[in-house]
Amino acid sequence: MKARVTVTLKNGVLDPQGKAIEGALKSLGVEGIDGVRQGKVFDIELGTADKMEAESALKAACEKLLANTVIENYNVSITGGD
Amino acid sequence: MKSAVIVFPGSNREGDVMRALAQAGSQVEKVWHAETQLPSGTDLVVLPGGFSYGDYLRCGAIAGRATVMDAVRAHAARGGLVLGICNGFQILCESGLLPGILMRNANLKFICHRQFLRVERNDTAFTKRYAKGQAIDVCVAHGEGNYTADADTLRRLEGDGLVAFRYSDARGDVTDDANRNGSMNSIAGIYSEKLNVLGMMPHPENLIEDLVGGTDGRGLFESLVSSAGRAA
Repeated sequence: MKARVTVTLKNGVLDPQGKAIEGALKSLGVEGIDGVRQGKVFDIELGTADKMEAESALKAACEKLLANTVIENYNVSITGGD
Repeated sequence: MKSAVIVFPGSNREGDVMRALAQAGSQVEKVWHAETQLPSGTDLVVLPGGFSYGDYLRCGAIAGRATVMDAVRAHAARGGLVLGICNGFQILCESGLLPGILMRNANLKFICHRQFLRVERNDTAFTKRYAKGQAIDVCVAHGEGNYTADADTLRRLEGDGLVAFRYSDARGDVTDDANRNGSMNSIAGIYSEKLNVLGMMPHPENLIEDLVGGTDGRGLFESLVSSAGRAA
């Protein structure tokens, strides 16, 4: 089973990297972009075929390590089975 | 007084802090991150600066979950002293021993310069050799030192007197110019609730010899040596 975890900054948390990217896009002449927030993507392979089991492992992974819930939200999506 | 300096893959300031501790009169032992126990009789645990695990994922995130950190948490829960400097401060925040997090510097630059800090209180195990309000001359070297916490945490830190140091000018005035990484309330270091854990971004261990331009860092290590035994 495969899953994708995305970790993003919570609303209101200052993202200087996102701001810098936004500025760079403007200076490249890319039009129509109002804002950029940078996050992380983790593609994860799981040994189990049980969806519930996979979800609980992924939640533990996010809570224990992948996200710092002081400043970040996470989202888990199971992208494919074997 | 016995100090244990924890070494993670990528730590690089352990030698300097060991020297500062020895100079102040502490016995010092290096402890590898995979250990499950601290050396018996450890009074002070130090998490040194560096780039543990190459700052992968988030600064201090992986080191904060290392095996030895369970022993460090137990030591702190018993009232034992813990000092985290720079990456060590990031590790303390990631391990849950201190609240908040160190974000990318607001100006997006790695900063490396001499820095004055105002000592917010001098009645703790870490600062008794300083005067309250004294501006000490140390240095900073970091890319992620921008202290950030939610409004409740910040209120609690301020209300309970848990801010240890603030970025200041040479007179001890806390100014925006002195706060070069953008930290909330100019916070350079904070204590745990019981005042036995200190995390700070600046490096006191760099300024312990006249040869390199100053000795203001000594006071912190001398304070710890004179406090140990009573606290642990």
